[in-house]
Amino acid sequence: MANHHAVIEKNIGLMIVLILVAVSFGGLAEIVPLFWQKATTEPMATLRPYSALQMAGRDIYIREGCHVCHTQMVRPLRAETERFGAYTVAGEDVWEHPFLWGSKRTGPDLDRVGLRPITEQWHREHLRDPRQVVPESNMPAYPWLQHAEVDWSYMKRTLTVFQQQFGVPYSDQDIDQQMAKVAGEWAEASEEDALVAYLLSLGQARREQRQ
Amino acid sequence: MQDGTSVTPYHYRVVRQFTVATVVWGVVGMLVGVWIAAQLAWPALNFDLPWFSFGRLRPLHTNAVIFAFGGSALIGTSLYVVQRTCETSLAFPRLAGLVFWGYQVVIVLAAVSLPLGFTSAKEYAELEWPIDILLAVVWVAYAVVFFATIARRRTSHIYVANWFYGAFIITIALLHIVNSAAIPVSMTKSYSLYGGAIDAMVQWWYGHNAVGFFLTAGFLGMMYYYVPVQAQRPIYSYRLSIVHFWALIAVYMWAGPHHLHYSSLPDWAQSVGMVFSIVLLAPSWGGMINGVMTLSGAWHKLRTDPIIRFLIVALSFYGMSTFEGPMMSIKTVNALSHNTDWTIGHVHSGALGWVAMITVGAVYVMTPRLFERRRMYSVRWINVHFWLSTIGTVLYIAAMWVSGIMQGLMWRAVNDDGTLTYNFIQELSERQPFYVVRLVGGVIFLAGMVLMAVNVWRTVRLTDDDNGEDNLLREDR
Repeated sequence: MANHHAVIEKNIGLMIVLILVAVSFGGLAEIVPLFWQKATTEPMATLRPYSALQMAGRDIYIREGCHVCHTQMVRPLRAETERFGAYTVAGEDVWEHPFLWGSKRTGPDLDRVGLRPITEQWHREHLRDPRQVVPESNMPAYPWLQHAEVDWSYMKRTLTVFQQQFGVPYSDQDIDQQMAKVAGEWAEASEEDALVAYLLSLGQARREQRQ
Repeated sequence: MQDGTSVTPYHYRVVRQFTVATVVWGVVGMLVGVWIAAQLAWPALNFDLPWFSFGRLRPLHTNAVIFAFGGSALIGTSLYVVQRTCETSLAFPRLAGLVFWGYQVVIVLAAVSLPLGFTSAKEYAELEWPIDILLAVVWVAYAVVFFATIARRRTSHIYVANWFYGAFIITIALLHIVNSAAIPVSMTKSYSLYGGAIDAMVQWWYGHNAVGFFLTAGFLGMMYYYVPVQAQRPIYSYRLSIVHFWALIAVYMWAGPHHLHYSSLPDWAQSVGMVFSIVLLAPSWGGMINGVMTLSGAWHKLRTDPIIRFLIVALSFYGMSTFEGPMMSIKTVNALSHNTDWTIGHVHSGALGWVAMITVGAVYVMTPRLFERRRMYSVRWINVHFWLSTIGTVLYIAAMWVSGIMQGLMWRAVNDDGTLTYNFIQELSERQPFYVVRLVGGVIFLAGMVLMAVNVWRTVRLTDDDNGEDNLLREDR
């Protein structure tokens, strides 16, 4: 074996090619089939596209790194569905670019947070000062969100990208309607408004499906 | 720095630059780590400032230690090792200079853009698209310099360290380009090309191989040069290095789905990922055994040489974390460990114990040679640093093990009537003491890094060592 291997050790071109071959199988086998699997490509029937306000809230969720400490993935384990609600299925996340499942629960899972018996006002107070509401919490406070206006400058492009590139079923009329609201009732919406709207949307598709 | 007077045939300028960058970014990245560890223990330290909050600083910490500290160490040592083992000077030294400055620009852009909240949300791939493109260009230039240097080697065989560095360079390019594919909507905002479960699979194919190729294959390349050089012994087994090299790079690429156990990723992918993750124990331990056994016949050096201690303890932590990893990838274990601090402990037994300690060893081996000194300014300080690193790492990972397993157990505890025993906040409030111990461990580790920085500074700046003896290297080469 060692003698044959010497051929590779004397030819850097051959070595590069063989390395590329060796590292290519894993991705080809595990990623490529998912593009043709119904479970990962077909949206749940009750899934609704985000409104512009929810989409802006999602961008803020990403910007502040909420996914660093909160998962959006309820695992099919008994204690977990007991604590958070119905386990997550792939059909709920088909339009999620990027996915926001997270990898660490410094705080609780949020995939069903929109279904919890807590009010919009609770979310606002919690975001402004988490320890006012939950004394033991170690979450940072986000008091600036209520004073910052949403940056709507690229929302039209965002919705168009999700419609045309990602296959989210917005009609042209939907996008016009959303942009009319952006120019109208949401023109001066705060980032807190947007983030709370997004949080309240989480889990709604699953509730509708169950009803 | 002293190219004009140097007698070495090798091109060391860019290696010196990367070595200094390694020390600087190591201190900076770990300082950010210490800070965010404190924020988890005392949330008031977020100061209600957007750019200072945990969610934005945590990616800054991971990017700084992996890509700024680890990356500078890998590029610097690879450009040193490839010259020494190919017995030739660097191909395209000017391009190599551009690689250094280009890479530093990427680091600075990351350090500015992440606290501003520009992020793709994908772990260890947070940088937004313009920086991603710059990084890809710099990386290709690095590959050109590295492989062109191998192509002009004066030796007939390519030394094993270069196989690992080469696989690391090629695969990181592949992973980075595929995973970072995104559609921009502004200069600072883009959306991943992939959606939902597919995006998750692509991300963890990338994420696990950032571990496999950046933090493992690359640092194994480092190990295959600096361990035999410092021990003055040949590599234990040539055959083992062939087998574990090809097995390691082929198997690692399959292991990503273990980050998505019990998620909505299809079960078949989770099962395939788990099987390959368990198999991965074998090639990983192949590397550890090959490194540790290289000390055969030179074990006494562990008593006298603190640099050997760094290298061998690094390999021990490598062996431990590559046992722990496959164990955690078993679904039933993962059901307990996933999403908890256990994962953080596992990462740091690899990152502090393996990656940082092998790098520190390499810096101590290389710095005197690069700056034409006989030895480091203070060998006693290296020994102090060794104990700070070891104690800091052990405190850190032990705290996270206990905290993580406690979390997993409290989350799943149910009463006789089937209701949950603890609510989430009850569990959260139990973590405080472990977060403080972890912080202490981190501070101790950071103190060692600062000591190394001072030691490197004095080695470069002074001509005497700490015993007052002349430390200049003149005629040896």
